[in-house]
Amino acid sequence: MSIGQTIGANLPALQVVTPLLAAPLVLLLRSPRLAYAVTLAASFASLAIAIALWQQVATMGPISYAMGSWPPPWGIEYRVDRLSAFVLLLVSLMAAVVVPYSRTSIAREIPADSHTLYYVMFLLCLAGLLGITITGDAFNIFVFLEVSSLSTYVLIAFGRDRRALVASYQYLIMGSIGATFIVIGIGLLYLMTGTLNLVDMAGRLAAGGTSRPVLAALAFLTVGISLKLALFPLHQWLPNAYTHAPSAVTAFLAATATKVSVYVLIRFYFTVFGESLVFHKLPLPQIMLWLSLLAMFAANAVAISQNNLKRLFAYSSVAQIGYITLGLSFDSVNGLTASIVHLFNHGLAKGAIFLLIGGLVIGIAKPGAVPPAPTFDRLAGLARRMPLTSFGIVLGGLSLIGVPGTAGFITKWYLILAAMESGQWWLVAAILLSSLLAVAYVWRFVEVAYFRAPPAGQEERCEAPLTMLIPAWLLLAATFWFGLDTSLTVGTATEIAQQLVRGQ
Amino acid sequence: MSGDFPVALILIFGAALVPLFRGVVRSAYMLLLPLLAFGYLLSVPLGLHGQIELLGQTLVLMRVDKLSLLFGYIFLLAVLLSVIYALHVDDTMQHVAGLIYAGSAIGAVFAGDLMSLFIYWELTAVSSVLLIWARRGEHSAAVGMRYVIVQLLSGMFLLAGGLLHWQATGSIEFGHIGLTGPAGALILLGFGIKSAFPLLHNWLMDAYPEATPTGTVFLSAFTTKLGIYALARGFAGTEELVWVGTLMAAFPIFYAVIENDLRRVLAYSMNNQLGFMVVGIGIGTELAINGAVAHAFADIIFKGLLFMSMGAVLLRTGTIKGSELGGLYKSMPWTTGFCMVGAASISAFPLFSGFVTKSMIMSAAAMEGMTFNWLVLLFASAGVFHHAGIKIPYFAFFSHDSGIRCEEAPRNMLVAMGIAAALCIGIGVFPGALYALLPYAPDYEPYTASHIVAQLQLLFFSALAFAVLMRTGIYPPELRSVNLDSDWFYRIAGAEVVKSFRCALQETRAGLAEAFAARAITASAYIVRHRRPDGLLLRSWPTGSMALWVMVMLLAYLLFYYLG
Repeated sequence: MSIGQTIGANLPALQVVTPLLAAPLVLLLRSPRLAYAVTLAASFASLAIAIALWQQVATMGPISYAMGSWPPPWGIEYRVDRLSAFVLLLVSLMAAVVVPYSRTSIAREIPADSHTLYYVMFLLCLAGLLGITITGDAFNIFVFLEVSSLSTYVLIAFGRDRRALVASYQYLIMGSIGATFIVIGIGLLYLMTGTLNLVDMAGRLAAGGTSRPVLAALAFLTVGISLKLALFPLHQWLPNAYTHAPSAVTAFLAATATKVSVYVLIRFYFTVFGESLVFHKLPLPQIMLWLSLLAMFAANAVAISQNNLKRLFAYSSVAQIGYITLGLSFDSVNGLTASIVHLFNHGLAKGAIFLLIGGLVIGIAKPGAVPPAPTFDRLAGLARRMPLTSFGIVLGGLSLIGVPGTAGFITKWYLILAAMESGQWWLVAAILLSSLLAVAYVWRFVEVAYFRAPPAGQEERCEAPLTMLIPAWLLLAATFWFGLDTSLTVGTATEIAQQLVRGQ
Repeated sequence: MSGDFPVALILIFGAALVPLFRGVVRSAYMLLLPLLAFGYLLSVPLGLHGQIELLGQTLVLMRVDKLSLLFGYIFLLAVLLSVIYALHVDDTMQHVAGLIYAGSAIGAVFAGDLMSLFIYWELTAVSSVLLIWARRGEHSAAVGMRYVIVQLLSGMFLLAGGLLHWQATGSIEFGHIGLTGPAGALILLGFGIKSAFPLLHNWLMDAYPEATPTGTVFLSAFTTKLGIYALARGFAGTEELVWVGTLMAAFPIFYAVIENDLRRVLAYSMNNQLGFMVVGIGIGTELAINGAVAHAFADIIFKGLLFMSMGAVLLRTGTIKGSELGGLYKSMPWTTGFCMVGAASISAFPLFSGFVTKSMIMSAAAMEGMTFNWLVLLFASAGVFHHAGIKIPYFAFFSHDSGIRCEEAPRNMLVAMGIAAALCIGIGVFPGALYALLPYAPDYEPYTASHIVAQLQLLFFSALAFAVLMRTGIYPPELRSVNLDSDWFYRIAGAEVVKSFRCALQETRAGLAEAFAARAITASAYIVRHRRPDGLLLRSWPTGSMALWVMVMLLAYLLFYYLG
């Protein structure tokens, strides 16, 4: 077998192994410059592998890869289907965008002696997120979840504000509780089915019927994953973590971490427990519907009254997650399409916004000083000082609102379709109303940045460096591209949804 | 040429490049855009072009038929005139916003489906408000906010109605909709806001007089006429519209007579002219539709001309209040002349454009036997002459001399007004050219003896009435005052209700606090102690209570699952 074929056959393993092995390598290299080079190479390699996997799945159907040649269900199986390939693509794409950006950003935000450690943790986090997505083994999900979570805690703690430590510590506690719940859930399932392979587990659950331990497992998993994906009211760790983490970390986490958790939720609900149990026998859809609505309205309302731009958009993330879970709760092709598309669309828009905010804080900082928090009183007249950054944030905000032409509109469209299909007209009104709340918080930024004069003595231009602007604007361009050409996002998502929602 | 490229994008993308140019090059570039779009439009054959598949629906970006072409031509003409008129302005934002606004209005006209109509519809709202904000001040900021909220609301109605329509019919094609079921009603409401139906009209009088002198000219051309186009397309022959239009034509007259801000007088008279068009659409016969769209065509030109002349006055004197102006004909002879051509056109003097278009609507109403409506329209015509034909030129340029001596309007403004005035007369003298563009084959002769005599009688008696009233001092004097319109209900009464509600709430709270004073004090102390600067949802929770919530959620889920 040639090298090319060997690589082609082992792509699923390489997807995770590349960043996972790059991490210790970076640690050994020590020099920040080399560390950056290796991280950059590893993240681009991951993206290339994700694209290759995407194409393999598109042409040849789901890939089942037996780790160490131990066939499933005994060995660990890596399983790539359309859904996981889609999420892999999102995660590795965001990594490839954020790493080049990181270099300039962390130079100002993180002490120089920690740069190497930052890259190590970033790679581990990436490996963890990719691992969760690709593995077909329940316990393996837990392991990768811990890998990504532990590295995330460190990444958040890099923030220069001392509150970053508290935020990280809180997330550590909450994340650990969540992970514990997940492992309890998996343990219960293992007890009842005697297998850890997800496909095998699904088969045995379907055959064995539902018992109380299975329901308990579902409850533990639901709460544990809800915590990780910050579903209202378990979102309380998120605003602090996003606000105080370094900008590059916030952007990466906002675009990927919660999205991967949603992926895990979809996996467990639709693949393992099965639609008929989760959505037809239990009152779960109703609970999820109401929690999503609470998230959409409460978090959006809270976002409006925030004074810190990062915190504002952190709350907006909580609300946007509400849209994703709302789509899930419909249990219809259109609803699930909306959820899956929004994973991607929201990742792009929110990633771009947080990247731009990273450039913004550097722009408003005094030369050589640690960048301050982006509170509104510092942003007056920003549009004149940083036109590209300000305009970019507004464009990203348009996607959050769901203005036609942006990717966010596509999601809203499918959500509204799903709501209409289910005959719940009041939900259509609720979805539109919650977008109005998004208008309000985006407007707050527009008003401060465009309609107020910059404070005296601070009129000079201070646009963010190009290395930070280009990645952000690439994501923005993608936001508009996927608002117009939806063949990749909606096409894939509809296909996935049709496979998962068998009741249709 | 295939015609797949949406003509609107020439203006919208073209507008994006305006900031790159300066000085003469920018002027030339901005003049080139509408000409380029016009040339392109001439080359596009009739039919459906630019069809794209989006979200499982077919969007038609270029539906070229006689109706959309007519509005396309007049909108491009309006862009050209407005651009010439605004050439002296050195405010990039106004130029860009104006071109995007005009482009999206043209896009809406050529949209063949409800979805792209909705997108352009919202784009006109967002881009036009910048023309109001461009006046830069506390007042225009507030007015602009009210304006954009109403406009976006109109879009929301359109969206909601469009979705219902799609559910009901399975198609999003924008053809005849008709007032059947909730879908039609919602869409009509959306269109009605844009066309300034009675009680939905306040945004017009509120916002247009507050834009910049050049911005108002832009605004006057597109938003309301887009509403008229949409009505003609979707609701032709809806009988209710006859009554709506009759009301619209009549009631603004009274406001216009007592209003002091001359641009606001024009806004009222615009509402009255729109009434004529809505009547025509409501009648729905071929002659009536022809009349409605022809009148829209003529109205864009003469109303634009009047707004231009008043904009020139505002620019040169700094005021537009009838009570402060007067005697300007000495300083601004050209503007005076052009304004009088516009006034003659709107009053439908024979040989001016209003005569050949408005009489079609009147004839259609008469032919359908709508005597009452016909009489009201006749009264409205007399009223138009009164407030727009006589009052505007009289108080601005003649009347008692205010002592203001100013320069004549800038040359570019005069050129724009001159072209518009020439078109007004041209259409009036050679109506055949306009008639050939109309959606239905024209079979109408405006210059019959009875038409001319009737119209002249009307005009002379109206002029006589004005003269008598002025002489005897009965005519309402121009006072610095504010007209109360129905927006009083939401601007004043609504605010009062909210205020009194809030007062009542505060009183109740004070009462409660007194009753439970001791307990209230402990409670508020507790709140203050445990509260950071924010409320329950805003503050960061301690880790313990987060963990508690996790337990609560787990128990809740377990309970629901076991019971469920």
